[in-house]
Amino acid sequence: MSDVLFYIFSALALICGVMILTSRNPVNSAMFLVLTIAALAGLFVLLEAFFLAAVQVLVYAGAVMVLFLFVIMLLDLKVEERRKIKVLAVAGAVVAVGTIVAIFVKCLHGTMLSAQRAPDFQAGTIDLGKLLFTHYLLPFEIVSVLLLVAMVGVILLSKKDLK
Amino acid sequence: MHVGLQHYLAVSFLLFALGLFGVIVRRNVLVIYMCLELMLNAANLALVAFSRFNNNLDGQMLVFFTITVAAAEVAVGLALIVALYRKRQTAHVEDLTTMKL
Repeated sequence: MSDVLFYIFSALALICGVMILTSRNPVNSAMFLVLTIAALAGLFVLLEAFFLAAVQVLVYAGAVMVLFLFVIMLLDLKVEERRKIKVLAVAGAVVAVGTIVAIFVKCLHGTMLSAQRAPDFQAGTIDLGKLLFTHYLLPFEIVSVLLLVAMVGVILLSKKDLK
Repeated sequence: MHVGLQHYLAVSFLLFALGLFGVIVRRNVLVIYMCLELMLNAANLALVAFSRFNNNLDGQMLVFFTITVAAAEVAVGLALIVALYRKRQTAHVEDLTTMKL
């Protein structure tokens, strides 16, 4: 059953990923990105990372993408008019991305990855919290300062006249 | 075939490749930024998959911090894009060819 769910969620994520690339309207791209994030949250649940799935939906789909949509509406972007597609750029992109995918495939074939899930996986919120506040205390504090700095930066960047 | 680690990694790098293709090919600044977020999400998926299959919670911790830092980065990046749009009145990458204000 979980195999079927994996294929459903990953197909949804990949199809929405392709639709992000090929949408003319930026609002459509944003909507497909929200769907991709939701599909990835489903994959997180299949990987038994329940807290991360909830955080992904709340923070990424619920805050970051809403911010994106606010900015798209604020800028009032029209549908992208058809400029001439530069064939050389697309060919270069295909070559670059194809190379990277080939490297990845070669890496996957060459290694012996354990296809078994590790048996007793402790991944409750309590265990994550214990890890966060003991081993990862310094990154936690630094991230809080980072969020403060980001807020100050955003306010400063959106001032009309810097006096 | 039973779903193993390599399936999750395959999905992760296909999403990453799609995001990279979008960053190179699309010419709207906001769509480029969205494809960048797609690449970040693909990396998060790989981290969570490794964390599950190796019984190590450090991967999930790193995803926690990555999501937080990505949220801060999106806020700052969008503020920059809005400021740029106010100056240049365009969201097309081909018009933003000079660094002169």
